[in-house]
Formats: sequence, structure tokens, C-alpha cells
Amino acid sequence: MLGAVTLAAVAVLALLALVASPDDVELGDTVRLLYVHVPVVTAAYLCILLVTVGSMLVLWRKSPWWDLVASSAAELAALLTALTLLTGSVWGASTWGTWWEWDPRLTSTAMLFLLLLGYLAVRRATVDHRARAKRSAIVGLLLLPNVVIVNRSVEWWRSLHQSATLFRPDPAIEGLQLFTLVFGIGTALLLTVWLLLHRFRLAWMQDRFDERGLEDALAARRAEAAS
Amino acid sequence: MSQWGYVLLGWLLTVAVVVTYAAVIIVRGRALSRRLPPEDRRWM
Amino acid sequence: MFRDAALIAAKDLRVEARSRVVLNQVVPFALLVLLLFAFALDPDRGVLHRATPGLYWMTVLFTGLLAVQRAFAVEASDGVIDSLRLSGLDPGGIYLGKTAAVALQLVALEVLLAVGVAVLYGTRLNGWWLLVVTSLVATAGIAAAGTLYGVLAVGVRVRETLLPLLLLPVLAPVLIASTRAFEAALGDTPAEGWRWVGLLAVFSLVYLAAGIFGFGSLMEES
Repeated sequence: MLGAVTLAAVAVLALLALVASPDDVELGDTVRLLYVHVPVVTAAYLCILLVTVGSMLVLWRKSPWWDLVASSAAELAALLTALTLLTGSVWGASTWGTWWEWDPRLTSTAMLFLLLLGYLAVRRATVDHRARAKRSAIVGLLLLPNVVIVNRSVEWWRSLHQSATLFRPDPAIEGLQLFTLVFGIGTALLLTVWLLLHRFRLAWMQDRFDERGLEDALAARRAEAAS
Repeated sequence: MSQWGYVLLGWLLTVAVVVTYAAVIIVRGRALSRRLPPEDRRWM
Repeated sequence: MFRDAALIAAKDLRVEARSRVVLNQVVPFALLVLLLFAFALDPDRGVLHRATPGLYWMTVLFTGLLAVQRAFAVEASDGVIDSLRLSGLDPGGIYLGKTAAVALQLVALEVLLAVGVAVLYGTRLNGWWLLVVTSLVATAGIAAAGTLYGVLAVGVRVRETLLPLLLLPVLAPVLIASTRAFEAALGDTPAEGWRWVGLLAVFSLVYLAAGIFGFGSLMEES
């Protein structure tokens, strides 16, 4: 149901963004990239917020449920951050003429991506569920201060060395363009919720499976001992 | 590359990545739910 | 808490004084890195001279990684971590102690490296006051974050590869800030350097606080 709605929304968004909406006065057709870039960024930020909230609740309430939410959100956040970098890079290539620029926002997004990979690596490296929950919760909780510090330092770093800032057009968008953008953000949120639900279900079943595997192994040993 | 080339590249990349990810999750979910007894398949 | 910290720091430093792993392996490694940078760039002193702050802090970062790994390799063997857990010492104290021990070793190493860059790269060290304060604050940050992530990785099978992935992105701001502060000091514009010291101080405090509160629960699980 939610999947069908999401799919329809994506189709409508593509139609709106690629066909219906007019090209921009300053940006030309490349404005159509923003209709995918901005929603992806928004969804990525939302996922990171979810990781932080989830990690906090894991430490506070020791809730295994939130542990799975946080980890699902982290995986999705890593994916969306990668997409942010990719689409941003494509946009940069079309407007600035380079695929990469040592711009504060770009640089700190790249660092954010690496931090998320670190979080996921901690999860993958730990087998025991309780230890995994605690460790990843601490890493997840530190994610936000890390991002803030990285962002501040990169911002200062560039502002010291870069005299001319990049041309960053902020056209006042309105009408169909604004609608498309807002619609795009809504679609991205729908898509995020849908993907999160599926990812969460997978993580949940994986945990059940691991537990059951342990139970089965114990049962087999007991049967062996009894016979 | 023309502007449209960049636009299509960006869109296709995004769609491809999201679709691949969704497909991977769903396939893994299906495979896993087949190996679990029915009472463990639902989380709600 | 501080008494426990002193106890742990003294223990770690005593272990180090007896085993001399840092002295016999980490210090030569640091000097080797200094030489390798010169091979990679150019023996031309101009390049090396200009890049000194960055190269210096890259070296400190990598050797700091080794020092942190060493600090927990000591605990991982022979179930020492279990006895630490049972010792009744305050976890925050244990964390502070280990951090202090790592920081002290790093400071000693930094002095040596400073001599190294002065001799090998021909860098004239100006602005002593800023250099010293930057080094101390940055070292506190590296040790604080390193110890926190070090205990996270200690119970993991793949810790040798996990720790750098976790720690280096986190320490990136320290690299940026300390390098800029050194550039300011060496370039005789110390006024610009002090705000970087402020950033380093914030970083160190955040991690010290996180470590004091989080270390206990992490130690239980590893």
C-alpha cells in the first residue's frame, strides 16, 4: 500500500521535475537536478536525526527496538549521503564545471559519509547483540557532535584560504518550481519511511533468526547429551 | 555534455541506487522470512 | 576519580617503561614517516618547509593511532580488562588515566618530532607559546577520542582495521585546527591561531566528557 503510493509519488515527481516545471532563468535545465538533490539531502538529515534519537533511547531505555531503528536509519543515511554527494557532484559539474570543489558543505558531507561508514562497521564487527547495541549507540550519539565540529572546522578552514566564494545562486523560486521542490521533499520522506520499514523488518527478522539459531544449537546439544 | 545530459545522469544514478537498494532489502527479507517460523515473521 | 586516574596512568606508564614498545617501535616509526614524506614530496626544502605543519600533524595522528592501539593491546591480553572491571576503580577514572598515559607518551613523541622537523625540514620554529599550547590541547583531544574509540574496538575481532576507520574521520577537525594553528605560529601571525586552539579545546572537552560518562558502559560489554 505505502509502496504503491510511494511509487506513484516518484512517478509524478519525475513528470513534474523533468517535464512540467519550467527551466530556471539562471540555472537553465540544471535546476531539475535540484528537485532530486534537495529531497535526498532532507531525507538523509532526517535519517541522521533518527540515528541520534534511536541511540539516545537505546542508552537511556535499553530498548532493542530502537537499536534496530537506529541501525536501519544509519544504513539508509549512508546511502542517501552517498547519493547527495553524487547528485551534488553532477550538479557541480554542470554549473561550476568541476566534479569536486573543496567547498565546506561538500567536504563536511564527505566526512559525514565516512563517519556513517564507521558506525556501520562497528555494527558489522560485533556479534553479540547487547554489546553491539551499546557500542553502536555511543558511536551514533557522537555522530552529531562530530558532524557539528567537522562542519565548523571545515567552514573556518575554507574561509581562511578561499578569498572568492563560489557562485552559489539562490534564485527566488516560486510557482510550479516551488511546488515541485516541496513535492519532491514529500516524496523523499515517503520513500524513506517505506525503505526504513522494510529495512527494519529485515533487521528484526535477522535478530530473531540469530536467536533461533542459538536456541536450535542449544537444543541440539541437549538432545545429544540426553541420548 | 549538455545540461540535459547532466540532469539525466543525476536522476538515473539516484533511481538506480534506490531501486537496487530496495530490491536487495526485499529479496533478503523474503529469503529470511522463508527460513523463519510464521510467528517470528511479523514485528507488529 | 582522579586518584584512580593517577593509579591507572602510573600503571600504564610503568608497563610502557618496562616493555619499551613505544620507544623501540613507535618512535622509530614516527621518524620513518618524516623521512618518507621527504621522499614522497621532494628533498627541496621549500616544499617541505611550507608543508611542515600538515606533515607534522599527520605523523602525530598516525603514531597516535599506534599508541592508542598499544594502550589497549596491553589490556586485551591475559584478561586484564576483566580484572580492571572487577577492581572497583571508577570507570571515569580508568578512562582519564588511560587518556593521560596516552597523552603523555604523545607529548614526548611530539617534542622529538619537533626536533625532527627542525633538523630534517629546516623549519624555524617561531611563536613558541602558541606551538606549545596547540600541541597540548590537540594531544588531549587525540588521546581523549582515541581512548574512547579504542575501548569500543577492543572486544572486536577486526580492531586493527576498525580503529583507524572510526578514529581518523573523528580526528579530522583536530588535524585541520592544529595544522592551521601551527601555520599561524610559524608564519608569525599568532592572532589567527588562537581561535583554532579554541576549537581544539571544545573538541577535547566534548570527548573527555563523553569518555568519562560512556566508558563504564562500554567496558562492561567488551
